[in-house]
Amino acid sequence: MSQAVLEPDEATARPMDLLRFATAGSVDDGKSTLIGRLLYDTKTIFADQLEAVEAVSAARGDEYTNLALLTDGLRAEREQGITIDVAYRYFATPRRKFIIADTPGHIQYTRNMVTGASTADLALILVDARKGLVEQSRRHAFLTSLLRVPHLVLCVNKMDLVDWDRGVYEKIADEFTSFAAKLDAPDLTVIPISALDGDNIASRSEKSPWYEGPSLLHHLEHVHIASDRNLVDVRFPVQYVIRPQSKDVTDYRGYAGQVASGVLKPGDDVMVLPSGMTSKIAAIDTADGPVDEAFPPMSVTVRLTDEIDISRGDMICRPNNAPAVAQDVEAMICWMDETAPLRVGAKYTIKHTTRTARTVVRGLQYRLDVNTLHRDEDAPQLGLNEIGRVKLRTTVPLLADEYRRNRTTGGFILIDESSNRTVGAGMIIEAQ
Amino acid sequence: MSQTKPYRVSHLDALEAESVFVMREVMAEFERPVLLFSGGKDSIVMLRLAEKAFAPARIPFPVMHVDTGHNFPEVLEYRDTRVAELGLNLVIASVQEAIDSGLVRELPDGTRNRIQTPVLLAAVEKYRFDALFGGARRDEEKARAKERMFSFRDEFGQWDPKNQRPELWSLYNGRHHPGESIRVFPLSNWTELDVWHYIAKERIALPSIYYAHDREVVERAGMFYAVNEFIVPRDGETVETRRVRYRTVGDASQTAAVLSEADTVDKVIDEVAATRITERGATRGDDKVSEAAMEDRKREGYF
Repeated sequence: MSQAVLEPDEATARPMDLLRFATAGSVDDGKSTLIGRLLYDTKTIFADQLEAVEAVSAARGDEYTNLALLTDGLRAEREQGITIDVAYRYFATPRRKFIIADTPGHIQYTRNMVTGASTADLALILVDARKGLVEQSRRHAFLTSLLRVPHLVLCVNKMDLVDWDRGVYEKIADEFTSFAAKLDAPDLTVIPISALDGDNIASRSEKSPWYEGPSLLHHLEHVHIASDRNLVDVRFPVQYVIRPQSKDVTDYRGYAGQVASGVLKPGDDVMVLPSGMTSKIAAIDTADGPVDEAFPPMSVTVRLTDEIDISRGDMICRPNNAPAVAQDVEAMICWMDETAPLRVGAKYTIKHTTRTARTVVRGLQYRLDVNTLHRDEDAPQLGLNEIGRVKLRTTVPLLADEYRRNRTTGGFILIDESSNRTVGAGMIIEAQ
Repeated sequence: MSQTKPYRVSHLDALEAESVFVMREVMAEFERPVLLFSGGKDSIVMLRLAEKAFAPARIPFPVMHVDTGHNFPEVLEYRDTRVAELGLNLVIASVQEAIDSGLVRELPDGTRNRIQTPVLLAAVEKYRFDALFGGARRDEEKARAKERMFSFRDEFGQWDPKNQRPELWSLYNGRHHPGESIRVFPLSNWTELDVWHYIAKERIALPSIYYAHDREVVERAGMFYAVNEFIVPRDGETVETRRVRYRTVGDASQTAAVLSEADTVDKVIDEVAATRITERGATRGDDKVSEAAMEDRKREGYF
């Protein structure tokens, strides 16, 4: 027999949910050690990986096992001792599966951090207790708030090197909290840790009896993310039209997509944009059968009661709650291309939800200094890793919401029309 | 899609929804996608996701097997059964034919992992495939941990790790010029354990060699290789019958089995959860060549 179907037991079906978080830090603040510690304490590092890292560390003459080698996978990274790109790491506890987007602090930090933060539920920023907040900590906090990451954790690391001095921790925590308030930053938690010794990582440490908050892992496991999703505004970008060409299934026409926000139910009145036609949801299908409701991040197939012309790039919403149908868009743009800057008058391809169009840059209102938050209104262009507020005009309307209200229908990318490179990331402020 | 309580999804449902989204994006934006199907567990899971993404329609693209000629018969049988069940078009890119025609040359050690690459690229060119679904996961290996979900390849099929497109939100950039292509990895965010949990949840049949069975093996460098037409015991090696299973299924001349009593999916899950060695480290002779073995192969156009 070459095939075997085996019965799962109940334990394997235990529901765990998923938390995506981004880490940011500079070279020597202990970020790699912290990630190594999280992986080690959750038994995610494998013996052969550890042996390989130990062998390379020893060969290079490192005094201790360099856990950064676990994440630095590319030849150039190992040769130069730097991290080039966002690395994704995975670990799980019985409560949650975690995806870490580990972004390097020094090279291309803005591009990488913005990329990692775009899908993150939580951002983790490290500071060295001896140094306190540095320019980079503020920059990371700003980018986190720009990308609307709902939860922010500041880890005050290397507490062992300041003898677990409560005053040092509180000074940093206070300073960061008041800075974060200015940014309209989301839920903030500050935790004193020692990544090297594992204090306050997997469990609360006896070395900080004055600290009454959770350990880092406990916080990651329990932080409430279910209500971060927008369950109010129904937005269903049509991705693909399913029309089986077979004898078994006739007259089937389903609109496949992933629910961006809101809750869809059979019987709901809906409106389809940009046409504005209205209909009702006849059924919500999945390969496992129809469902009573669909909500983010489910991928489903919606059928309507009326035959109306719908194609990829259209959006299903509610008649009394619709996104803007807009060709003029104002957005914050993070420029990601090293070969050429963003210039007024330039044309790009824009990808927004499942809709692709062309766009022209009508104006650059200001360039933002991410360290001082100063707005330079005379800036002629946006270079690599620069952020600014831009006016765009598109060839066809976008079906868009403000990014602060909806990360899926408020975010877009710009693509260079000749090289096809992804050159910019945008967050819509206003669409009309 | 099972829900435990209102508006919550399990991690497996979230991973499935993401993979389904990615497959639909490809179908909507590319002209000639193909799914790389080896009969290994990851490609089997990927095929199930493709079934789900386009139901009730059939999977709207062909599958391709880059056939090293070094196969486990159970896996080939599985491949053919599955392809027939789903009514798929199977493209076989044969390494043996490529050797016979002079496209590639057999390596002195007889292994065929590395010489798969030109065979794969020739098939991509012949059939003008513009998107190739691969079952690679980021947890497998650290070069892969840095690869995008949509991984751009130039007209030579090469991956340039320092020149990757930033990937934000769920906005994937699949734009390319004629002759270029995109490798798409819908399982990027899955771990080995996620794959096994999903196999259990979906009750997916696998080739029997993934479960514990008695087999004649020889031990080499701490790994257990099945004695077959490709692996002949060397002087001084003893052939023993051991209870083993395969954690990965690759070229039969290079893939080792692990000692195991796990003959059900739940026992495999327990074993995977408890193991302290990565699956490639435990079973792939080809990955032990150097620190950068995988990166080098990917640069050449490997999966």
